[in-house]
Amino acid sequence: MQTIFSIAVDALAYGMVLFVISIGLSVTLGLMRVVNLAHGAFAMIGGYIASYAARDLGVGYGLAVLIAVFGTIVIAIPIERLLYRRIYGRPELTQVLMTIGITFCIIGIANYVFGPTLKTIPLPPSLQGSADLGFRSIAVHRIFAIVCGLCVAAALWYAIERTAFGVRLRAAVDDAAMAAALGVRTEVIYAVSFAVAVGLAAFGGVVGAELLPVEPYYALRYMVTFLVVVSVGGAGSIPGALAACLLLGGIDTTGRYLMPEFGEFFFYLAVIAIVCVFPRGLAGRMK
Amino acid sequence: MRRIILAALAALVTSAAAHADAIKVGVVGPFSGPFALQGKNFKAGIDAYMALSGVKVGEDDIEIIYRDVPQADPAQSKALAQELVVKEGVQYLAGFYFTPDAMAVTPLLEQANVPLVIMNAATSAIVTKSPLVVRTSFTLWQTSTPIAKVAREAGVSKIISVVSDYGPGIDAENAFKTGFEAVGGQVVEAIRMPLSTNDFSPIMQRIKDSGAEGVFAFLPSGPTTLGFVKAFNENGLKDGGVKFFAPGDLTQESDLPALGDAALGLQTTFHYSVSHDSPENKAFVEAAAKAIGNPTELSFPSVGAYDGMHVIYKMIEATGGEQNAQKAVDAVKGLSWTSPRGPVSIDPESRHITQNIYLREVSKADDGTYYNKEIQTFEKQGDPGLAALK
Repeated sequence: MQTIFSIAVDALAYGMVLFVISIGLSVTLGLMRVVNLAHGAFAMIGGYIASYAARDLGVGYGLAVLIAVFGTIVIAIPIERLLYRRIYGRPELTQVLMTIGITFCIIGIANYVFGPTLKTIPLPPSLQGSADLGFRSIAVHRIFAIVCGLCVAAALWYAIERTAFGVRLRAAVDDAAMAAALGVRTEVIYAVSFAVAVGLAAFGGVVGAELLPVEPYYALRYMVTFLVVVSVGGAGSIPGALAACLLLGGIDTTGRYLMPEFGEFFFYLAVIAIVCVFPRGLAGRMK
Repeated sequence: MRRIILAALAALVTSAAAHADAIKVGVVGPFSGPFALQGKNFKAGIDAYMALSGVKVGEDDIEIIYRDVPQADPAQSKALAQELVVKEGVQYLAGFYFTPDAMAVTPLLEQANVPLVIMNAATSAIVTKSPLVVRTSFTLWQTSTPIAKVAREAGVSKIISVVSDYGPGIDAENAFKTGFEAVGGQVVEAIRMPLSTNDFSPIMQRIKDSGAEGVFAFLPSGPTTLGFVKAFNENGLKDGGVKFFAPGDLTQESDLPALGDAALGLQTTFHYSVSHDSPENKAFVEAAAKAIGNPTELSFPSVGAYDGMHVIYKMIEATGGEQNAQKAVDAVKGLSWTSPRGPVSIDPESRHITQNIYLREVSKADDGTYYNKEIQTFEKQGDPGLAALK
């Protein structure tokens, strides 16, 4: 019994970290219809900025997170204007080629500027150490990651489903020409959504850095995992992504506890099964 | 067809060597991609050697030609080695970070009349694949066997082994098990984790549930070691008194700044610490740090490369610049010298390096940096893995 609880706690923590990092990709892929393979690269930029701010400038953790999120958005704005704007609505292959190219450029630049070694983001004392749950101990920063994940999920859901901006965004996604004719400035909508997605990537990169350490190949190393989460959840759906993260986190963690020698067999088996039954993901919208 | 190619290849090589003005050494390693840091260390070690010992052997200039294999890729490694031999006319092949890459090249050596000096790849079996292979790095058997003794002396009798599920991991697991059982200990469970594991909490839970008094761990140096060590601390294993033993790959110097306090006090056994206290090492670290640019990036492959160059220089001296692979290899059998890591020699039987293995503890220096402090020496260790192969 204790073991089951233990696995459940680990699965929840791992799933929520995956969620925080992947949800931005779900937004670009599902709502903006851009296959943004550079998502991991933006998460990595966030991690690097936070690491630089906290270690070299000596600012506090909270401030470092803010600097990372806004710094990454500032870096992403010219990239959006010059590169991404050309590929909105283009065929997927063009998008894949463009964004994978951007990823490689960012990896090269990160390697040149920050060097190939691991970078850490020092945690404040309040997030260090571990908390006792009675039957086991868990790292405090994992609880922090779980809370962050839940907050992000709630805030995004509210923004997309309940605000005027969300209405415009969904309109622009469904029929850009008609939305524009009705006076929605789709360019602004897209730019803002892109900024939000990039900001979420950076936030996830920082919060998840304890589990997925920041180094130049971060952008490629975890790309498949992020894409799997989004495709299983159904691109653009926040409850779907949440469900996918918890489910996949659970399967991965259980498999790793019971039969580590099988590797990621169960993880991918589950992915295949889910995609067979739900081709558009758990909560994918029908076209 | 293959024979004709090889014959043509051999003809080309001999004609190229006859009127070559410089002796060329082809170095294959990961110079770009996720393992670029290790390739950079190869280059730093080679540059350091050439800075300290000169770019000439006798009358002959030495020219190094680098070829990049970013990730373990035997086919590409073989193709590049072939190209080095045929087109560039190299007399020596060296480098090789990954075992499969080195293995793929061994069948070429005899026909090409080229010795292979391995500067890293650490699986025992490679030296048995061709009589023209010499290795100046280490094997996992060599570094993992002494830690078994250390664990037993620390009062641990039941241990769990946790390794990454790939060749070197399995070597480490077997080496530790053999060594630990020889001194009367018991490995209660052996876990092999997938290389791509990011979240080690479930593994830590397994360790806790096994009731072992200590854990033996091996993961390749790099990003995952950070997650592993942190998970070990955060899941209450460290505070719970579970002892941690590992070969030095887990605490390589370039990862230490990131590991920081989490690694403090970890004991590992390895063949080289950048902090090794000797005049040879001081000169080496100074030259290699200059070559690599950033001294914190210096790590163990650099010393393998440095000693590899020493062996190649001795081979060139012995053959007088002639291309004669067998003569070159024979000349260094039994060769002994003082390396930056301490006294070493090439075992005439196995052509693998015999060296001291050090027990080190991660400590904090006065200036706040972390280093591997050597606390015990296991002298003149050969490769127990070769005996296990038989």
